[in-house]
Amino acid sequence: MKLYRLLSAGLGALALTLSAQAAGGAKHPHPPKEGWAFAGPLGEFDMASVQRGYQVYREVCSSCHSMKLLSYRNLGEPGGPFYDSEYPNANDNPLVKQFAMEDEILSETPDEYGDYQYRPARPSDAFRSPYPNEQAARAANGGAYPPDLSVITKARGHGADGDGANYVYSLLSGYPGFDELQFGEDADGEPFDYYQFDHGDEKGRLVQPIGQYYNPYMAGDVSAYWDGDPRHTPKGGFLAMGPQLMPGRVEYMDGTEATVEQMATDIAQFLQWAGDPKQIARKSLALPALIYLVILAILLWFSYQRIWRKIGH
Amino acid sequence: MSGHESTYTPNSGFEKWLDSRLPIVRLAHDSFVDFPTPKNLNYWYTFGGILAVCLAIQIITGIVLAMHYTATVDEAFASVERIMRDVPFGWLLRYVHAVGASMFFLAVYVHMFRGLYYGSYKAPREVLWLLGCVIFLLMMATAFLGYMLPWGQMSLHGANVIIGLFGAIPLVGEGIQTWLMGGPSIGNQTLQRFFSLHYLLPFMIAGVVILHIWALHVPGNNNPTGVEVKDVEKDTVPFHPYYTVKDGFAIVLFLIIFAGFVFYAPNVLGHADNYIEANPLVTPAHIVPEWYLLPFYAILRAITFDIGPIQAKLLGVIFMFGSIAVLFALPWLDTSKVKSMRYRPVAKQFFLGFVAAALLLGWCGASNPDDPIIPLGEDKLQVSYTTEAGVDGVAVFEAYDDAAAFRSEKLAEGSTASIAIKKASAFRFIHLAQILTAYYFAYFLIILPYLGLRETPKDEPDAIHKAVLGSAHGAAAVPAE
Repeated sequence: MKLYRLLSAGLGALALTLSAQAAGGAKHPHPPKEGWAFAGPLGEFDMASVQRGYQVYREVCSSCHSMKLLSYRNLGEPGGPFYDSEYPNANDNPLVKQFAMEDEILSETPDEYGDYQYRPARPSDAFRSPYPNEQAARAANGGAYPPDLSVITKARGHGADGDGANYVYSLLSGYPGFDELQFGEDADGEPFDYYQFDHGDEKGRLVQPIGQYYNPYMAGDVSAYWDGDPRHTPKGGFLAMGPQLMPGRVEYMDGTEATVEQMATDIAQFLQWAGDPKQIARKSLALPALIYLVILAILLWFSYQRIWRKIGH
Repeated sequence: MSGHESTYTPNSGFEKWLDSRLPIVRLAHDSFVDFPTPKNLNYWYTFGGILAVCLAIQIITGIVLAMHYTATVDEAFASVERIMRDVPFGWLLRYVHAVGASMFFLAVYVHMFRGLYYGSYKAPREVLWLLGCVIFLLMMATAFLGYMLPWGQMSLHGANVIIGLFGAIPLVGEGIQTWLMGGPSIGNQTLQRFFSLHYLLPFMIAGVVILHIWALHVPGNNNPTGVEVKDVEKDTVPFHPYYTVKDGFAIVLFLIIFAGFVFYAPNVLGHADNYIEANPLVTPAHIVPEWYLLPFYAILRAITFDIGPIQAKLLGVIFMFGSIAVLFALPWLDTSKVKSMRYRPVAKQFFLGFVAAALLLGWCGASNPDDPIIPLGEDKLQVSYTTEAGVDGVAVFEAYDDAAAFRSEKLAEGSTASIAIKKASAFRFIHLAQILTAYYFAYFLIILPYLGLRETPKDEPDAIHKAVLGSAHGAAAVPAE
C-alpha cells in the first residue's frame, strides 16, 4: 500500500509537469536577446519601439494584412504609442489625425446622392484594410489569405506573457538566409529550390514548393517535401509570405538602424500592444488589488485567531 | 439543523410585524447566524463558501458583459474585443468572467473530492449529494454554452465535436443534433440560442444552490470525523461568527490566486486558437476542450473498440456520460458504514489513486492519443517497393543511409520504392487513458461496494468534541490552501 501511494503521488506529479509540454511541429519561438520590455509584472512598453513598429506595419505589413479591430484613435489613447497628455481626447491628437488623413477609405455612410465615396480617414475610423474582402485578398496573394493582425499575439502560443510576440519576432527574423537556398533540376529538367540540411540527425534536402517559403517557426508539416531520414524531418512549415524584413526596408524616423532583428522586435512589440492595449493598465492595477487582498487576508487571519481562541478545534 | 430551536427574537416593532407575516429574517438568522456547525471543519470545508462567491462573480460580471455583447456570427468576435478595448474596465470584466469559469471548476472539483473523502454523500445526506451533482451538470452545460460565445475557432469546432456526440445516439441522434443546432449546421441561430441558454442556466444553478443549502441544513454539516453531531452544546459552534470568519479568510486566499491569474496571466487557462475568429472551413489541428473538461474528453476518446452491436463512437459517449451518471448512484454504491476515510485505511489509498487517475486523465485529454509516453524500442525505416514485374516487397532498416541505398538500388532496377517510418510499439496516451478509465469506473462500481463489506475500519471517535480534545494537534494535518 505504501508503494501504491508513492506510485500514485509520483504519477500525479508527472502529469502536472508533463502537461505543460509543448506540442511538436514548429521550432519553439524565442524573444530577442535583450528580452521584452513589456514582460513581467512591472513591465512597460518601450514606446519608441512600439512607434517604430507602427511605422513597419504601415510601410510593410499593411499592404497585405488588415487590423480591423484597431482604430487610428487607439494610437493616441492613454497607453498608446502616440499618446500625448496635451490631447487627452485622441481625436484631437495632430499626429493621429495625420496618420488617419494619409489613408483613404471608402466611407461607410452614403453621400447626399446615395453614393459611397472615398475620403481621407478620421481618427475614429478603423485602420484601412488593404482588401475589400477575403476573396480579393486571396486573389491578390496566390490563394493565401493574409490573416488579420489585430489579435495575432493572443492567437499564438499558450497565453503566457510574451508568447505571441516571441512568435512574431521569431517567424519574421527566422527565415533561412537567401544564400542558403539552392537550386536544382529534377529528372525532367524542371528547376526547383531546396535547402540542404546537415546538422545532427537532420541530414537531407528540403524542397521548397513554388510560391511557398520555408520557416522553422511556422506550424506545419514539411515531411512530403523532405528527402532524408523521415524520422528526423526538419521542424517548421511552409507559408505563402516570403521574408519581408530586408535590412533597410524601412527608414526609421528616429534614425535607428533598420536591421532585420530591430524591425522584427519593433513590429512584434507593436502587435503585442495592439493585441491587448490595456495590458499595462491591467498589470498596474494588479499590485494595488493584491496588496488590498493580502492585507484583508491578514486581518481576517487575526480575527479568526481571536474569535476561535477559546474553542478547541 | 432540524430539531434546533430558533433563537431569533425580533427586536423592533417592524421586525415583530414582519416576523408574524413573512419570517424571512428568522430564516436568514437560523440559516447563517445561529446555525449549529461542527467545531472541527477544516479548510477543505471552506470551498462551499468559495463556490457561492464564484457563482456571484460569474453572474454579476456576466450580466454586465451581456449589455455589451452582440450574439451574431458576424459581430460576436469583434464585440468581445470591443468590450476589452472600449468599455471602461471591460478588460477586467471579461477576464474575470473567463478566468472565473476556471476558478469555479477548480473550486467545485476540490469541493467534490472533499465530499468523496469524508463520505459526505452517505445517509442522511444523499439528496444533498444528488443536488450537488445536478449543479455540476448544469455548470458543465453553462461553461460549454459560454465557451461558444466569443466565436473563436475552438468555440465553433469544440461545439461541433460535442454536438456531434449526440449524433452517435441511434435513431434519434441526428434529430437531436439538428434540434440543438437549430438547423443542419452551427450558425447564427445556434449562437443566439446558446447565448439565451447561457444566460438562463446560471439562474437555474442559483435555484439548485438554494435547494443544496436547504438539504445541507436539514441534517447539518458532515465533518472530518464523519461522526454525527450528538451534543449541540459540545460539538458545534454557531455559524456566525465562527465560520463566517474562517470562510472569509479562505475566500480571500482564493481571491488572491484568482487575481493573480486575472492580472498577470488572463489567457493562460484558455486556448490561443480562440483568438482566431471562427471559420467553418478551417479546422484546428487539435480540438481540445477547456482544461476542466479534459478528463471526460479523455474517457470519450479512450473507447476505441466496439462491444457487441454497440459501436465505439456510441460507447465512448455512453462511458463519458456514464462517468458523471455514476456519481449520482454513489450514495448507494458505497456500502461502508463509516463515512470518513480517516478511519478507512484501505479505502483511503484507493481514494488517493482515484485523485491521481482523475489528474492523469486530464493529461491524456490534453495530449494526442497516439503519442507515445514510454517508447518500447526505436522507430525503424521501411522501404516498400514494387518491381517492374509487379512483385511487392518490404525491407526494414535501422540506418537511413542503408535504407536510402536500398531504395536507390531498387529504383535503378526500374522498381518503384519509397521510405516510410515503421513506428516502434509504445505505451501510448490511449493506453494510459484506457487503464485510467477502467480504474475510474472500478473505483465506483467495484472497489467502493466491495471494500465497504470487507474492510476493517479504525475506531471512530464517540463524538466530535472528543475527537477535537483527544488530539491537541488535530486528528489529521489541516491542509493549507
